[in-house]
Amino acid sequence: MSIPTTTAATAAGPVRRGTTTPVGRLRALARAEFTLLLRNRSAVITALLIPLVLPFSVQQGMREIDLAAHGLSLGVMMLSAGIGFSMLFAVYATLVSTYVSRREELVLKRLRTGEASDAEILGGTAAPVLAVSLAQSLLLGVACAVLLDIGAPRAPHLLVLGVVLGALLCAALGAATAGLTRTVESSQVTSLPFLFVTAVTSGMAFPTEVMPDRIAAVLDLLPLSPAIRLVRDGWLGTMTAGEALTAVATALAWIALGMFAVRRWFRWEPRR
Amino acid sequence: MDISERERVIEVTDLRRVYQGGYEAVRGISFSVGRGEIFALLGTNGAGKTSTVELLEGMDRPAGGRVRVLGHDPYTERAAVRPRTGVMLQEGGFPSELTVAETARMWAGCTSGTRPESEVLQLVGLRGRADVKVKQLSGGERRRLDLALALLGDPEVLFLDEPTTGLDAEGRRETWDLVRALRDRGTTVLLTTHYLEEAEDLADRLAILHDGRIAVSGTPAEVTATRPSRISFELPAGLLPGDLPPLAPMGVVDHRTEGPLLRLHTRELQRTATALLSWAAAEGVELRRLDVRSASLEEAFLDIAREAGGRRDPAAAAAADTDARLGEDTARETERTA
Repeated sequence: MSIPTTTAATAAGPVRRGTTTPVGRLRALARAEFTLLLRNRSAVITALLIPLVLPFSVQQGMREIDLAAHGLSLGVMMLSAGIGFSMLFAVYATLVSTYVSRREELVLKRLRTGEASDAEILGGTAAPVLAVSLAQSLLLGVACAVLLDIGAPRAPHLLVLGVVLGALLCAALGAATAGLTRTVESSQVTSLPFLFVTAVTSGMAFPTEVMPDRIAAVLDLLPLSPAIRLVRDGWLGTMTAGEALTAVATALAWIALGMFAVRRWFRWEPRR
Repeated sequence: MDISERERVIEVTDLRRVYQGGYEAVRGISFSVGRGEIFALLGTNGAGKTSTVELLEGMDRPAGGRVRVLGHDPYTERAAVRPRTGVMLQEGGFPSELTVAETARMWAGCTSGTRPESEVLQLVGLRGRADVKVKQLSGGERRRLDLALALLGDPEVLFLDEPTTGLDAEGRRETWDLVRALRDRGTTVLLTTHYLEEAEDLADRLAILHDGRIAVSGTPAEVTATRPSRISFELPAGLLPGDLPPLAPMGVVDHRTEGPLLRLHTRELQRTATALLSWAAAEGVELRRLDVRSASLEEAFLDIAREAGGRRDPAAAAAADTDARLGEDTARETERTA
């Protein structure tokens, strides 16, 4: 530790870097978080493998539904199920345990002593899994188009909107759930209700149209339903402008609610 | 230079902190730290050191009072303060699966005006450990990594919460040299410690916290001067304290017996010692286990801990006592749970 000489030399030297920017900070955090994601075996399984395997579990049930009567096909249903599971597992479930783990390791507290804002810290942590989910959605889209013969998406802008809104919503709800979770182990329990209810009711496992109208109308208002609907009908191009607007507005409302819950309940330090 | 002439980099006025559940950890603290000064917060466990320093770092909103760091509120004006401060928390807070170099790179990406990562790692002696994961570092190495990252942005103000806990004697000396070198270049340092030696050697000024309040503050010499010096010895069998010459004229302000030991407190050590030894020589009395010592920070600290023990939990005070004497971080839990 020969301090004075080294520091004096550097203080005047040209090697110092400039002021950080939000984008730069976000990138630095996301890069570290991506490294951590790849080094965590259970996160790799949850985030990378489960979303690609689970769609096969709903396949059998879909075959028993008269999809054609609703203008749907097995391929499109498999696609929206796959993208839905990606949002639920790669984004939501992974983030709940990641946020809790970073909090319990005091990483969040330490980061808050630095220049990154709260939003940047949460965003940087979420960025890798959001990227993973978008990549999975793309992969699923290509695979379904090629293998299940569903043609090309008719309204790709709605499809993209659905993928992005759904992933953001799952990230916000993941952070909110983490705020209510004490330990990494218990995150597997606290994330279950949303995973289970959403998988069953959002139109991923079966189209909500097969339910009675009034029940279907309620199910369509649940958090992830609008995103799934945008993905499915965006591919098919069967959505009217009014339906699309309603879906987007509903999704945005849930995202706003999720962000409010994060502000209200997110914890930056372990409980004392 | 007097504090009043310097730029006040840290200003704390009547600061209070209350935790959920109503526990009042900080109960009205005021002090200021000038530019280029090292200020130490000392205290027994649970005295409120960490609770205070976290408010200065802007980690929480005070329940009352005011904090200004570089003229800004560190909690509400985070963006203005953070680029100019470096913080070392009491406990790490780095992902255990990242290597030292990856951690430093992440931190550098969030820090303005950084020095090269390799340079700060070199500074704390961790350059050779760059590719080791944080979870494989020793406690002392983690402490040094934390220090390295606090220094990365060459901050004007440095907050160090127990910076040398877990370091061996050599590592501690190296850290002190480093902190002094930073101070000499104008960095303002606020540190907490429960090593009395650390505060005595390093701090320009210090405050001893007790029960969420400042019990005493000033330069180490000033704080020490508030305490009497001590002479202790064993009287031979058959002699009683009453057989000594009158104590007050010798300069003794207080005395007490502890088992066979007689302990005299004085503010005029030389005069009292001379009188005592002259008496012993004249009477042919042998004073066994004779111990003459000037007041030290340790005495001051232990007195305050003892006063705490009288009013609060004796066991906790005793633990703090041992803690301070042996310089071990046995009961840090107490402070964290508090």
